[in-house]
Amino acid sequence: MPAIEILGLEKTYWGGFWRKRVKRALHPLRLTVEEGEIFGFLGPNGAGKTTTLKMLMGLVFPTGGSARILGLDVNDPQVKAQIGYLPEQPYFYDYLTAYELLAYYGQLSGVPARQCLRKVDRALKQVGLQNVSGLQLRKFSKGMLQRVGIAQAILHEPKVVFLDEPMSGLDPMGRREVRDLIQQLKSDGKTIFFSTHILSDAEALCDRVAIIHQGELKGVGAVADLTAKMDVKVELIWQGAVMPLSMRSLAERCYSGGDLYRAVIKQEDQERALDALRREGMRLLALTPVGASLEDYFLQQVKPADKPVEVTV
Amino acid sequence: MRNRLTLIAANTFREAVRDRVLYNLIAFALLLSGAAVLVGQISIDIEKLVVINLSLTAVSLFGVVIAIFVGIGLVSKEIEKRTLYTVLSRPVRRWEFIVGKFFGLAATLVVNTGCMAVGVFLALLYISHRLQKPDAWVLVALYFIVLQFLIVTALALLFSSFSSPIMSAVFAFALFMIGSFAEDLRGFAAMAKGITHWLASAAAYLIPNLSALNVISSVAHGKPVAASLILYNTVYALCYAAMALSGAVLIFEQRNLK
Ligand SMILES: Nc1ncnc2c1ncn2[C@@H]1O[C@H](COP(=O)(O)OP(=O)(O)OP(=O)(O)O)[C@@H](O)[C@H]1O
Ligand SMILES: [Mg+2]
Repeated sequence: MPAIEILGLEKTYWGGFWRKRVKRALHPLRLTVEEGEIFGFLGPNGAGKTTTLKMLMGLVFPTGGSARILGLDVNDPQVKAQIGYLPEQPYFYDYLTAYELLAYYGQLSGVPARQCLRKVDRALKQVGLQNVSGLQLRKFSKGMLQRVGIAQAILHEPKVVFLDEPMSGLDPMGRREVRDLIQQLKSDGKTIFFSTHILSDAEALCDRVAIIHQGELKGVGAVADLTAKMDVKVELIWQGAVMPLSMRSLAERCYSGGDLYRAVIKQEDQERALDALRREGMRLLALTPVGASLEDYFLQQVKPADKPVEVTV
Repeated sequence: MRNRLTLIAANTFREAVRDRVLYNLIAFALLLSGAAVLVGQISIDIEKLVVINLSLTAVSLFGVVIAIFVGIGLVSKEIEKRTLYTVLSRPVRRWEFIVGKFFGLAATLVVNTGCMAVGVFLALLYISHRLQKPDAWVLVALYFIVLQFLIVTALALLFSSFSSPIMSAVFAFALFMIGSFAEDLRGFAAMAKGITHWLASAAAYLIPNLSALNVISSVAHGKPVAASLILYNTVYALCYAAMALSGAVLIFEQRNLK
Protein backbone atom coordinates (compact mmCIF):
# COMPACT_ATOMS: atom_id res chain seq x y z
CA MET A 1 0.00 0.00 0.00
CA PRO A 2 1.43 3.42 -0.91
CA ALA A 3 1.85 5.85 1.98
CA ILE A 4 0.50 8.81 0.05
CA GLU A 5 -1.60 8.83 -3.09
CA ILE A 6 -2.43 12.21 -4.56
CA LEU A 7 -5.22 11.64 -7.06
CA GLY A 8 -5.63 14.69 -9.23
CA LEU A 9 -5.64 17.16 -6.36
CA GLU A 10 -6.33 20.63 -7.67
CA LYS A 11 -6.73 24.11 -6.22
CA THR A 12 -7.99 27.34 -7.67
CA TYR A 13 -8.22 30.52 -5.63
CA TRP A 14 -10.75 33.15 -6.55
CA GLY A 15 -9.87 36.70 -5.72
CA GLY A 16 -10.76 40.26 -6.48
CA PHE A 17 -14.12 41.88 -6.81
CA TRP A 18 -16.89 39.46 -7.83
CA ARG A 19 -14.34 36.67 -7.39
CA LYS A 20 -13.39 37.09 -11.00
CA ARG A 21 -9.66 36.81 -10.75
CA VAL A 22 -8.65 33.21 -10.87
CA LYS A 23 -5.42 31.89 -9.49
CA ARG A 24 -4.62 28.31 -10.37
CA ALA A 25 -2.39 27.41 -7.44
CA LEU A 26 -2.27 23.72 -8.36
CA HIS A 27 -3.12 21.94 -11.58
CA PRO A 28 -4.46 18.42 -11.13
CA LEU A 29 -1.57 16.65 -9.45
CA ARG A 30 -0.97 12.90 -9.47
CA LEU A 31 1.75 11.56 -7.24
CA THR A 32 2.38 8.39 -5.29
CA VAL A 33 4.78 8.06 -2.38
CA GLU A 34 5.67 4.57 -1.22
CA GLU A 35 5.93 3.55 2.39
CA GLY A 36 9.38 4.06 3.87
CA GLU A 37 10.44 6.63 1.31
CA ILE A 38 11.99 10.01 1.83
CA PHE A 39 10.25 12.08 -0.78
CA GLY A 40 11.31 15.62 -1.68
CA PHE A 41 8.78 18.06 -3.02
CA LEU A 42 10.65 20.78 -4.85
CA GLY A 43 9.65 23.94 -6.60
CA PRO A 44 10.36 27.65 -6.71
CA ASN A 45 8.49 30.19 -4.57
CA GLY A 46 4.79 30.16 -5.25
CA ALA A 47 4.92 26.79 -7.00
CA GLY A 48 2.13 25.31 -4.93
CA LYS A 49 4.03 23.17 -2.41
CA THR A 50 2.44 24.60 0.71
CA THR A 51 -0.98 24.53 -0.93
CA THR A 52 -0.58 20.82 -1.66
CA LEU A 53 0.49 20.06 1.89
CA LYS A 54 -2.39 22.05 3.37
CA MET A 55 -4.84 20.12 1.24
CA LEU A 56 -3.32 16.85 2.39
CA MET A 57 -3.81 18.03 5.99
CA GLY A 58 -7.43 19.01 5.37
CA LEU A 59 -6.69 22.64 6.26
CA VAL A 60 -7.66 23.86 2.81
CA PHE A 61 -10.22 22.11 0.65
CA PRO A 62 -9.31 21.11 -2.91
CA THR A 63 -11.35 22.38 -5.83
CA GLY A 64 -10.96 18.97 -7.43
CA GLY A 65 -9.47 15.53 -6.95
CA SER A 66 -8.77 13.66 -3.78
CA ALA A 67 -5.90 12.15 -1.84
CA ARG A 68 -5.31 9.12 0.30
CA ILE A 69 -2.87 8.59 3.12
CA LEU A 70 -2.11 5.01 4.19
CA GLY A 71 -5.05 3.92 2.07
CA LEU A 72 -7.59 6.16 3.81
CA ASP A 73 -9.15 9.34 2.54
CA VAL A 74 -7.41 12.41 3.98
CA ASN A 75 -10.65 13.49 5.65
CA ASP A 76 -10.92 10.24 7.55
CA PRO A 77 -10.25 11.11 11.21
CA GLN A 78 -8.27 7.88 11.62
CA VAL A 79 -5.61 9.23 9.28
CA LYS A 80 -4.78 12.11 11.57
CA ALA A 81 -3.50 9.93 14.39
CA GLN A 82 -0.90 8.47 12.06
CA ILE A 83 0.57 11.60 10.54
CA GLY A 84 2.74 14.44 11.71
CA TYR A 85 2.84 17.87 10.12
CA LEU A 86 5.27 20.75 10.32
CA PRO A 87 3.67 23.85 8.78
CA GLU A 88 5.63 26.53 6.99
CA GLN A 89 6.85 29.17 9.50
CA PRO A 90 5.16 27.42 12.39
CA TYR A 91 3.65 29.41 15.21
CA PHE A 92 2.37 28.07 18.49
CA TYR A 93 0.48 29.11 21.60
CA ASP A 94 3.04 31.52 22.97
CA TYR A 95 1.67 31.44 26.51
CA LEU A 96 2.74 27.80 26.87
CA THR A 97 6.18 26.45 27.54
CA ALA A 98 7.69 24.07 25.01
CA TYR A 99 7.03 21.25 27.40
CA GLU A 100 3.38 22.17 27.98
CA LEU A 101 2.75 22.58 24.27
CA LEU A 102 4.17 19.19 23.41
CA ALA A 103 2.32 17.50 26.27
CA TYR A 104 -0.93 19.09 25.07
CA TYR A 105 -0.32 18.03 21.47
CA GLY A 106 0.68 14.55 22.52
CA GLN A 107 -2.60 14.11 24.36
CA LEU A 108 -4.57 15.56 21.45
CA SER A 109 -2.93 12.96 19.24
CA GLY A 110 -4.19 10.28 21.58
CA VAL A 111 -0.93 9.38 23.29
CA PRO A 112 -1.87 7.91 26.68
CA ALA A 113 -0.95 10.22 29.56
CA ARG A 114 1.54 7.75 31.02
CA GLN A 115 3.63 7.59 27.85
CA CYS A 116 3.15 11.21 27.00
CA LEU A 117 5.80 12.68 29.29
CA ARG A 118 8.41 10.20 28.14
CA LYS A 119 7.67 10.96 24.50
CA VAL A 120 7.80 14.70 25.08
CA ASP A 121 11.20 14.38 26.71
CA ARG A 122 12.45 12.30 23.84
CA ALA A 123 11.15 14.68 21.17
CA LEU A 124 12.68 17.67 22.96
CA LYS A 125 16.00 15.88 23.08
CA GLN A 126 15.78 14.94 19.42
CA VAL A 127 15.54 18.58 18.39
CA GLY A 128 18.01 19.79 21.01
CA LEU A 129 15.61 21.82 23.13
CA GLN A 130 15.81 19.91 26.40
CA ASN A 131 17.42 22.89 28.14
CA VAL A 132 14.68 25.37 27.29
CA SER A 133 11.69 23.10 27.78
CA GLY A 134 10.41 25.30 30.62
CA LEU A 135 10.62 28.55 28.67
CA GLN A 136 7.48 30.20 27.32
CA LEU A 137 7.30 29.99 23.55
CA ARG A 138 6.94 33.77 23.24
CA LYS A 139 10.60 33.91 24.24
CA PHE A 140 11.72 31.52 21.49
CA SER A 141 13.77 32.55 18.47
CA LYS A 142 12.67 31.67 14.95
CA GLY A 143 14.96 28.68 14.69
CA MET A 144 13.91 27.45 18.13
CA LEU A 145 10.27 27.62 17.05
CA GLN A 146 11.16 25.65 13.94
CA ARG A 147 12.66 23.02 16.22
CA VAL A 148 9.52 22.95 18.35
CA GLY A 149 7.62 22.51 15.10
CA ILE A 150 9.69 19.49 14.18
CA ALA A 151 9.32 18.06 17.68
CA GLN A 152 5.52 18.31 17.57
CA ALA A 153 5.48 16.65 14.15
CA ILE A 154 7.34 13.53 15.31
CA LEU A 155 6.29 13.43 18.97
CA HIS A 156 3.51 10.86 18.61
CA GLU A 157 5.61 8.62 16.35
CA PRO A 158 3.45 9.02 13.26
CA LYS A 159 3.85 6.68 10.30
CA VAL A 160 3.94 9.47 7.75
CA VAL A 161 5.61 12.80 8.42
CA PHE A 162 4.94 15.91 6.34
CA LEU A 163 7.47 18.70 6.67
CA ASP A 164 7.05 22.05 4.94
CA GLU A 165 10.55 23.45 4.55
CA PRO A 166 12.01 21.75 7.61
CA MET A 167 15.41 23.42 7.26
CA SER A 168 14.20 26.99 7.04
CA GLY A 169 15.45 29.25 9.78
CA LEU A 170 17.92 26.69 11.13
CA ASP A 171 21.61 27.24 11.73
CA PRO A 172 24.14 24.91 10.04
CA MET A 173 24.18 22.53 13.03
CA GLY A 174 20.43 22.55 13.07
CA ARG A 175 20.27 21.61 9.41
CA ARG A 176 22.66 18.79 9.91
CA GLU A 177 20.63 17.58 12.91
CA VAL A 178 17.42 17.69 10.94
CA ARG A 179 19.02 15.79 8.08
CA ASP A 180 20.14 13.13 10.53
CA LEU A 181 16.71 13.11 12.10
CA ILE A 182 14.99 12.56 8.77
CA GLN A 183 17.32 9.69 8.04
CA GLN A 184 16.66 8.27 11.49
CA LEU A 185 12.93 8.43 10.84
CA LYS A 186 13.40 6.55 7.62
CA SER A 187 15.38 3.83 9.33
CA ASP A 188 12.54 3.56 11.85
CA GLY A 189 10.33 2.72 8.89
CA LYS A 190 8.54 6.06 8.59
CA THR A 191 7.63 7.81 5.37
CA ILE A 192 8.79 11.40 5.04
CA PHE A 193 7.37 13.89 2.58
CA PHE A 194 9.06 17.24 2.69
CA SER A 195 9.13 20.40 0.65
CA THR A 196 12.28 22.42 0.26
CA HIS A 197 14.21 24.87 -1.89
CA ILE A 198 17.52 23.57 -0.69
CA LEU A 199 18.47 21.24 -3.50
CA SER A 200 21.59 19.90 -1.86
CA ASP A 201 19.47 18.66 1.06
CA ALA A 202 17.07 17.00 -1.32
CA GLU A 203 19.92 15.46 -3.27
CA ALA A 204 21.52 14.09 -0.13
CA LEU A 205 18.37 12.79 1.52
CA CYS A 206 15.65 11.86 -0.91
CA ASP A 207 14.89 8.53 -2.43
CA ARG A 208 12.75 10.35 -4.96
CA VAL A 209 11.85 13.92 -5.68
CA ALA A 210 9.09 15.71 -7.54
CA ILE A 211 9.47 19.14 -9.05
CA ILE A 212 6.53 21.44 -9.48
CA HIS A 213 6.46 24.83 -11.09
CA GLN A 214 3.49 27.17 -11.32
CA GLY A 215 1.27 24.43 -9.98
CA GLU A 216 2.31 21.84 -12.54
CA LEU A 217 4.32 18.68 -12.01
CA LYS A 218 7.50 18.93 -14.06
CA GLY A 219 9.26 15.74 -13.16
CA VAL A 220 9.36 12.97 -10.62
CA GLY A 221 11.85 10.20 -9.91
CA ALA A 222 15.09 9.31 -8.21
CA VAL A 223 17.65 12.11 -8.39
CA ALA A 224 20.08 9.91 -10.35
CA ASP A 225 17.41 8.98 -12.90
CA LEU A 226 16.34 12.55 -13.41
CA THR A 227 19.82 13.91 -13.88
CA ALA A 228 20.84 10.98 -16.12
CA LYS A 229 18.40 12.21 -18.73
CA MET A 230 20.24 15.48 -18.91
CA ASP A 231 23.12 16.13 -21.32
CA VAL A 232 26.50 15.33 -19.91
CA LYS A 233 28.74 18.35 -19.87
CA VAL A 234 32.43 19.03 -20.04
CA GLU A 235 34.38 21.67 -18.26
CA LEU A 236 37.39 23.14 -20.06
CA ILE A 237 40.10 25.24 -18.53
CA TRP A 238 42.70 26.89 -20.69
CA GLN A 239 45.24 29.66 -20.77
CA GLY A 240 45.27 32.32 -23.46
CA ALA A 241 45.16 35.94 -24.35
CA VAL A 242 41.56 36.29 -25.44
CA MET A 243 38.35 34.31 -25.31
CA PRO A 244 37.91 32.77 -28.78
CA LEU A 245 34.69 33.84 -30.43
CA SER A 246 33.62 30.30 -31.30
CA MET A 247 33.96 29.30 -27.65
CA ARG A 248 31.71 32.09 -26.63
CA SER A 249 28.90 30.66 -28.75
CA LEU A 250 29.44 27.08 -27.58
CA ALA A 251 29.74 27.64 -23.87
CA GLU A 252 26.75 27.80 -21.59
CA ARG A 253 28.76 29.55 -18.96
CA CYS A 254 32.24 30.94 -19.15
CA TYR A 255 34.41 32.61 -16.60
CA SER A 256 37.75 34.29 -16.82
CA GLY A 257 40.34 35.33 -14.33
CA GLY A 258 43.55 36.95 -15.65
CA ASP A 259 44.66 34.83 -18.62
CA LEU A 260 42.82 31.74 -17.34
CA TYR A 261 39.49 30.80 -18.85
CA ARG A 262 36.90 28.27 -17.81
CA ALA A 263 33.87 27.17 -19.82
CA VAL A 264 31.18 24.53 -19.48
CA ILE A 265 30.01 23.05 -22.77
CA LYS A 266 27.90 20.17 -23.99
CA GLN A 267 29.81 16.95 -24.52
CA GLU A 268 28.87 16.77 -28.21
CA ASP A 269 30.58 20.13 -28.74
CA GLN A 270 33.80 18.97 -27.16
CA GLU A 271 35.72 18.35 -30.42
CA ARG A 272 34.70 21.66 -31.95
CA ALA A 273 35.77 23.48 -28.84
CA LEU A 274 39.14 21.76 -28.74
CA ASP A 275 39.64 22.59 -32.44
CA ALA A 276 38.91 26.19 -31.73
CA LEU A 277 41.41 26.33 -28.89
CA ARG A 278 44.07 24.64 -31.02
CA ARG A 279 43.44 27.06 -33.89
CA GLU A 280 43.90 30.04 -31.63
CA GLY A 281 47.02 28.47 -30.14
CA MET A 282 45.79 28.34 -26.58
CA ARG A 283 47.01 25.97 -23.93
CA LEU A 284 44.49 23.47 -22.61
CA LEU A 285 44.96 22.91 -18.88
CA ALA A 286 42.09 20.61 -17.97
CA LEU A 287 39.12 18.80 -19.45
CA THR A 288 36.67 17.35 -16.93
CA PRO A 289 33.31 15.75 -17.58
CA VAL A 290 30.72 17.10 -15.16
CA GLY A 291 27.59 15.14 -14.33
CA ALA A 292 24.39 17.13 -14.24
CA SER A 293 23.34 18.03 -10.72
CA LEU A 294 19.83 18.20 -9.35
CA GLU A 295 20.25 21.93 -9.57
CA ASP A 296 20.80 21.76 -13.33
CA TYR A 297 17.74 19.60 -13.69
CA PHE A 298 15.69 21.87 -11.47
CA LEU A 299 16.71 25.00 -13.33
CA GLN A 300 15.96 23.38 -16.66
CA GLN A 301 12.46 22.36 -15.55
CA VAL A 302 11.67 25.66 -14.01
CA LYS A 303 13.09 27.97 -16.66
CA PRO A 304 10.64 27.85 -19.61
CA ALA A 305 8.48 30.86 -20.30
CA ASP A 306 7.02 32.47 -17.25
CA LYS A 307 3.66 32.86 -18.86
CA PRO A 308 1.24 34.78 -16.67
CA VAL A 309 -0.79 32.47 -14.47
CA GLU A 310 -3.40 35.03 -13.57
CA VAL A 311 -6.22 35.29 -16.05
CA THR A 312 -9.37 37.33 -15.96
CA VAL A 313 -12.59 35.71 -17.05
CA MET B 1 -13.99 12.85 21.84
CA ARG B 2 -14.85 13.89 25.39
CA ASN B 3 -11.22 13.78 26.25
CA ARG B 4 -10.28 16.09 23.35
CA LEU B 5 -13.07 18.52 24.23
CA THR B 6 -11.81 18.64 27.79
CA LEU B 7 -8.23 19.15 26.65
CA ILE B 8 -9.15 22.02 24.35
CA ALA B 9 -11.40 23.61 26.97
CA ALA B 10 -8.69 23.30 29.62
CA ASN B 11 -6.14 24.88 27.33
CA THR B 12 -8.52 27.75 26.57
CA PHE B 13 -8.99 28.29 30.28
CA ARG B 14 -5.23 28.25 30.78
CA GLU B 15 -4.82 30.82 28.02
CA ALA B 16 -7.39 33.13 29.62
CA VAL B 17 -5.67 32.85 32.99
CA ARG B 18 -2.22 33.51 31.54
CA ASP B 19 -3.55 36.41 29.49
CA ARG B 20 -4.64 37.87 32.83
CA VAL B 21 -8.34 37.88 32.05
CA LEU B 22 -9.10 37.20 35.71
CA TYR B 23 -7.41 40.47 36.66
CA ASN B 24 -10.79 42.13 36.11
CA LEU B 25 -11.63 40.71 39.54
CA ILE B 26 -9.37 43.33 41.11
CA ALA B 27 -11.35 46.12 39.48
CA PHE B 28 -14.55 44.45 40.56
CA ALA B 29 -13.38 44.13 44.17
CA LEU B 30 -12.37 47.79 44.29
CA LEU B 31 -15.71 48.84 42.85
CA LEU B 32 -17.63 46.70 45.30
CA SER B 33 -15.78 47.80 48.41
CA GLY B 34 -16.04 51.41 47.30
CA ALA B 35 -19.79 51.05 46.87
CA ALA B 36 -20.26 49.23 50.18
CA VAL B 37 -18.38 51.91 52.09
CA LEU B 38 -19.99 54.83 50.25
CA VAL B 39 -23.58 53.73 50.73
CA GLY B 40 -22.84 52.88 54.35
CA GLN B 41 -24.47 56.14 55.43
CA ILE B 42 -27.96 55.32 54.17
CA SER B 43 -30.54 53.13 55.95
CA ILE B 44 -29.95 49.37 55.81
CA ASP B 45 -32.73 48.42 53.35
CA ILE B 46 -31.86 51.03 50.73
CA GLU B 47 -28.23 50.19 51.21
CA LYS B 48 -28.86 46.56 50.37
CA LEU B 49 -30.98 47.46 47.37
CA VAL B 50 -28.24 49.65 45.98
CA VAL B 51 -25.46 47.16 46.62
CA ILE B 52 -27.31 44.25 45.04
CA ASN B 53 -28.35 46.30 42.03
CA LEU B 54 -24.95 47.77 41.51
CA SER B 55 -22.89 44.66 42.10
CA LEU B 56 -25.00 42.33 39.97
CA THR B 57 -25.06 44.85 37.13
CA ALA B 58 -21.28 45.05 37.38
CA VAL B 59 -20.99 41.24 37.38
CA SER B 60 -23.06 41.15 34.22
CA LEU B 61 -21.21 43.94 32.42
CA PHE B 62 -17.72 42.71 33.32
CA GLY B 63 -18.65 39.24 32.15
CA VAL B 64 -20.26 40.39 28.92
CA VAL B 65 -17.19 42.41 28.04
CA ILE B 66 -15.02 39.33 28.62
CA ALA B 67 -17.42 37.06 26.73
CA ILE B 68 -17.37 39.37 23.73
CA PHE B 69 -13.74 40.36 23.60
CA VAL B 70 -12.34 36.94 24.36
CA GLY B 71 -15.13 35.23 22.43
CA ILE B 72 -14.47 36.99 19.12
CA GLY B 73 -10.82 35.97 19.29
CA LEU B 74 -11.34 32.36 20.35
CA VAL B 75 -11.23 30.96 16.85
CA SER B 76 -10.36 33.90 14.61
CA LYS B 77 -7.14 34.57 16.48
CA GLU B 78 -6.09 30.96 16.02
CA ILE B 79 -6.76 31.20 12.30
CA GLU B 80 -4.94 34.51 12.07
CA LYS B 81 -1.89 33.32 14.00
CA ARG B 82 -2.01 29.89 12.35
CA THR B 83 -1.83 28.10 15.69
CA LEU B 84 -4.72 26.05 14.38
CA TYR B 85 -2.67 24.19 11.76
CA THR B 86 -0.95 21.90 14.20
CA VAL B 87 -4.18 21.28 16.11
CA LEU B 88 -6.37 20.40 13.13
CA SER B 89 -3.70 18.14 11.66
CA ARG B 90 -4.26 15.96 14.74
CA PRO B 91 -7.28 13.76 15.35
CA VAL B 92 -9.33 16.79 16.34
CA ARG B 93 -12.51 17.46 14.41
CA ARG B 94 -13.36 21.00 13.60
CA TRP B 95 -16.57 20.95 15.62
CA GLU B 96 -14.68 19.58 18.61
CA PHE B 97 -12.34 22.52 18.39
CA ILE B 98 -15.17 25.08 18.34
CA VAL B 99 -17.14 23.41 21.11
CA GLY B 100 -14.02 22.90 23.22
CA LYS B 101 -13.13 26.56 22.84
CA PHE B 102 -16.65 27.55 23.85
CA PHE B 103 -16.57 25.44 26.99
CA GLY B 104 -13.14 26.80 27.87
CA LEU B 105 -14.38 30.37 27.85
CA ALA B 106 -17.62 29.35 29.56
CA ALA B 107 -15.57 27.75 32.35
CA THR B 108 -13.48 30.91 32.63
CA LEU B 109 -16.64 32.99 33.00
CA VAL B 110 -18.11 30.60 35.57
CA VAL B 111 -14.97 30.79 37.69
CA ASN B 112 -14.84 34.56 37.27
CA THR B 113 -18.48 34.93 38.25
CA GLY B 114 -18.00 32.53 41.15
CA CYS B 115 -15.25 34.73 42.56
CA MET B 116 -17.45 37.79 42.07
CA ALA B 117 -20.34 36.03 43.79
CA VAL B 118 -18.17 35.50 46.85
CA GLY B 119 -17.45 39.22 46.79
CA VAL B 120 -21.14 40.09 46.50
CA PHE B 121 -22.03 37.96 49.51
CA LEU B 122 -19.15 39.38 51.51
CA ALA B 123 -20.48 42.84 50.75
CA LEU B 124 -23.98 41.81 51.84
CA LEU B 125 -22.54 40.38 55.02
CA TYR B 126 -20.61 43.58 55.61
CA ILE B 127 -23.68 45.82 55.39
CA SER B 128 -26.28 43.70 57.20
CA HIS B 129 -23.94 41.55 59.35
CA ARG B 130 -25.86 38.36 58.52
CA LEU B 131 -27.37 36.64 55.50
CA GLN B 132 -31.12 36.26 55.22
CA LYS B 133 -33.27 33.87 53.28
CA PRO B 134 -34.12 36.25 50.39
CA ASP B 135 -30.40 36.60 49.76
CA ALA B 136 -30.55 33.14 48.21
CA TRP B 137 -32.34 34.72 45.23
CA VAL B 138 -29.15 36.60 44.52
CA LEU B 139 -27.69 33.22 43.60
CA VAL B 140 -30.48 32.69 41.09
CA ALA B 141 -29.81 36.11 39.59
CA LEU B 142 -26.12 35.17 39.29
CA TYR B 143 -27.08 31.90 37.66
CA PHE B 144 -29.15 33.79 35.07
CA ILE B 145 -26.22 36.10 34.44
CA VAL B 146 -24.06 33.07 33.65
CA LEU B 147 -26.75 31.88 31.24
CA GLN B 148 -26.52 35.28 29.55
CA PHE B 149 -22.78 34.79 29.18
CA LEU B 150 -23.31 31.48 27.44
CA ILE B 151 -25.56 33.13 24.87
CA VAL B 152 -23.26 36.09 24.32
CA THR B 153 -20.17 33.88 24.02
CA ALA B 154 -21.87 31.67 21.44
CA LEU B 155 -22.95 34.74 19.47
CA ALA B 156 -19.46 36.24 19.56
CA LEU B 157 -18.12 32.94 18.25
CA LEU B 158 -20.77 32.83 15.54
CA PHE B 159 -20.10 36.37 14.32
CA SER B 160 -16.35 35.93 14.37
CA SER B 161 -16.69 32.89 12.13
CA PHE B 162 -17.70 35.07 9.20
CA SER B 163 -16.75 38.67 9.94
CA SER B 164 -13.81 40.69 11.16
CA PRO B 165 -13.11 40.88 14.91
CA ILE B 166 -14.23 44.49 15.15
CA MET B 167 -17.49 43.92 13.31
CA SER B 168 -18.09 40.81 15.42
CA ALA B 169 -17.66 42.82 18.60
CA VAL B 170 -20.05 45.48 17.30
CA PHE B 171 -22.66 42.88 16.29
CA ALA B 172 -22.39 41.02 19.56
CA PHE B 173 -22.66 44.21 21.61
CA ALA B 174 -25.62 45.42 19.58
CA LEU B 175 -27.40 42.11 20.08
CA PHE B 176 -26.65 42.21 23.79
CA MET B 177 -28.14 45.69 24.06
CA ILE B 178 -31.22 44.90 21.97
CA GLY B 179 -31.57 41.55 23.72
CA SER B 180 -31.70 43.34 27.05
CA PHE B 181 -34.85 45.05 25.80
CA ALA B 182 -36.26 41.97 24.10
CA GLU B 183 -39.39 42.05 26.23
CA ASP B 184 -40.20 45.57 25.03
CA LEU B 185 -39.64 44.47 21.45
CA ARG B 186 -42.08 41.61 21.97
CA GLY B 187 -44.60 44.02 23.39
CA PHE B 188 -44.18 46.27 20.39
CA ALA B 189 -44.55 43.31 18.00
CA ALA B 190 -47.80 42.31 19.68
CA MET B 191 -49.24 45.78 19.20
CA ALA B 192 -48.01 46.46 15.66
CA LYS B 193 -50.10 45.71 12.58
CA GLY B 194 -49.41 44.28 9.12
CA ILE B 195 -45.87 43.94 7.85
CA THR B 196 -44.41 45.74 10.86
CA HIS B 197 -46.03 43.10 13.04
CA TRP B 198 -44.36 40.28 11.15
CA LEU B 199 -40.98 41.96 10.99
CA ALA B 200 -41.04 42.90 14.66
CA SER B 201 -42.15 39.41 15.70
CA ALA B 202 -39.43 37.79 13.60
CA ALA B 203 -36.84 40.09 15.13
CA ALA B 204 -38.21 39.49 18.62
CA TYR B 205 -37.79 35.75 18.24
CA LEU B 206 -34.36 35.89 16.61
CA ILE B 207 -32.91 38.23 19.18
CA PRO B 208 -31.79 36.58 22.42
CA ASN B 209 -34.31 37.27 25.15
CA LEU B 210 -31.82 38.57 27.68
CA SER B 211 -34.39 40.63 29.54
CA ALA B 212 -36.03 37.45 30.84
CA LEU B 213 -32.60 36.54 32.19
CA ASN B 214 -32.32 39.79 34.06
CA VAL B 215 -33.96 39.53 37.48
CA ILE B 216 -31.54 41.86 39.20
CA SER B 217 -33.96 44.57 40.31
CA SER B 218 -36.68 42.18 41.52
CA VAL B 219 -34.08 40.22 43.49
CA ALA B 220 -32.74 43.47 44.90
CA HIS B 221 -36.22 44.10 46.25
CA GLY B 222 -36.12 40.69 47.90
CA LYS B 223 -38.74 39.18 45.59
CA PRO B 224 -38.50 35.45 44.88
CA VAL B 225 -37.94 33.97 41.41
CA ALA B 226 -40.53 31.48 40.14
CA ALA B 227 -39.26 27.93 39.64
CA SER B 228 -40.92 27.86 36.23
CA LEU B 229 -38.86 30.86 35.14
CA ILE B 230 -35.68 29.12 36.26
CA LEU B 231 -36.59 26.10 34.18
CA TYR B 232 -37.70 28.16 31.17
CA ASN B 233 -34.58 30.32 31.20
CA THR B 234 -32.26 27.33 31.53
CA VAL B 235 -33.81 25.54 28.55
CA TYR B 236 -34.01 28.75 26.53
CA ALA B 237 -30.39 29.79 27.11
CA LEU B 238 -28.98 26.33 26.43
CA CYS B 239 -30.99 25.99 23.21
CA TYR B 240 -30.10 29.47 22.02
CA ALA B 241 -26.39 28.99 22.70
CA ALA B 242 -26.48 25.57 21.04
CA MET B 243 -28.08 27.02 17.92
CA ALA B 244 -25.56 29.85 17.66
CA LEU B 245 -22.74 27.40 18.24
CA SER B 246 -24.08 25.07 15.55
CA GLY B 247 -24.12 28.00 13.14
CA ALA B 248 -20.50 28.74 13.97
CA VAL B 249 -19.59 25.07 13.46
CA LEU B 250 -21.39 24.90 10.10
CA ILE B 251 -19.50 27.93 8.82
CA PHE B 252 -16.17 26.80 10.21
CA GLU B 253 -16.50 23.30 8.71
CA GLN B 254 -16.51 24.84 5.21
CA ARG B 255 -13.72 27.23 5.79
CA ASN B 256 -10.36 27.22 4.01
CA LEU B 257 -7.71 28.24 6.51
CA LYS B 258 -5.54 30.99 5.15
N1 LIG C 1 -5.14 32.17 0.26
C1 LIG C 1 -4.70 32.37 -1.00
N2 LIG C 1 -5.40 33.15 -1.85
C2 LIG C 1 -4.98 33.34 -3.11
N3 LIG C 1 -3.87 32.80 -3.62
C3 LIG C 1 -3.13 32.02 -2.83
C4 LIG C 1 -3.51 31.75 -1.47
N4 LIG C 1 -2.58 30.93 -0.92
C5 LIG C 1 -1.68 30.70 -1.89
N5 LIG C 1 -2.00 31.34 -3.03
C6 LIG C 1 -1.26 31.30 -4.29
O1 LIG C 1 -1.01 29.96 -4.62
C7 LIG C 1 0.28 29.83 -5.19
C8 LIG C 1 1.02 28.71 -4.50
O2 LIG C 1 1.34 29.11 -3.18
P1 LIG C 1 2.11 28.17 -2.18
O3 LIG C 1 2.11 28.84 -0.86
O4 LIG C 1 1.55 26.82 -2.26
O5 LIG C 1 3.58 28.19 -2.79
P2 LIG C 1 4.89 27.44 -2.27
O6 LIG C 1 5.29 26.49 -3.31
O7 LIG C 1 4.68 26.91 -0.92
O8 LIG C 1 5.90 28.66 -2.24
P3 LIG C 1 7.09 29.00 -1.19
O9 LIG C 1 8.28 28.25 -1.67
O10 LIG C 1 7.29 30.46 -1.38
O11 LIG C 1 6.64 28.62 0.16
C9 LIG C 1 0.96 31.17 -5.07
O12 LIG C 1 1.00 31.76 -6.35
C10 LIG C 1 0.09 31.97 -4.15
O13 LIG C 1 0.03 33.29 -4.57
MG1 LIG D 1 5.51 27.21 0.87
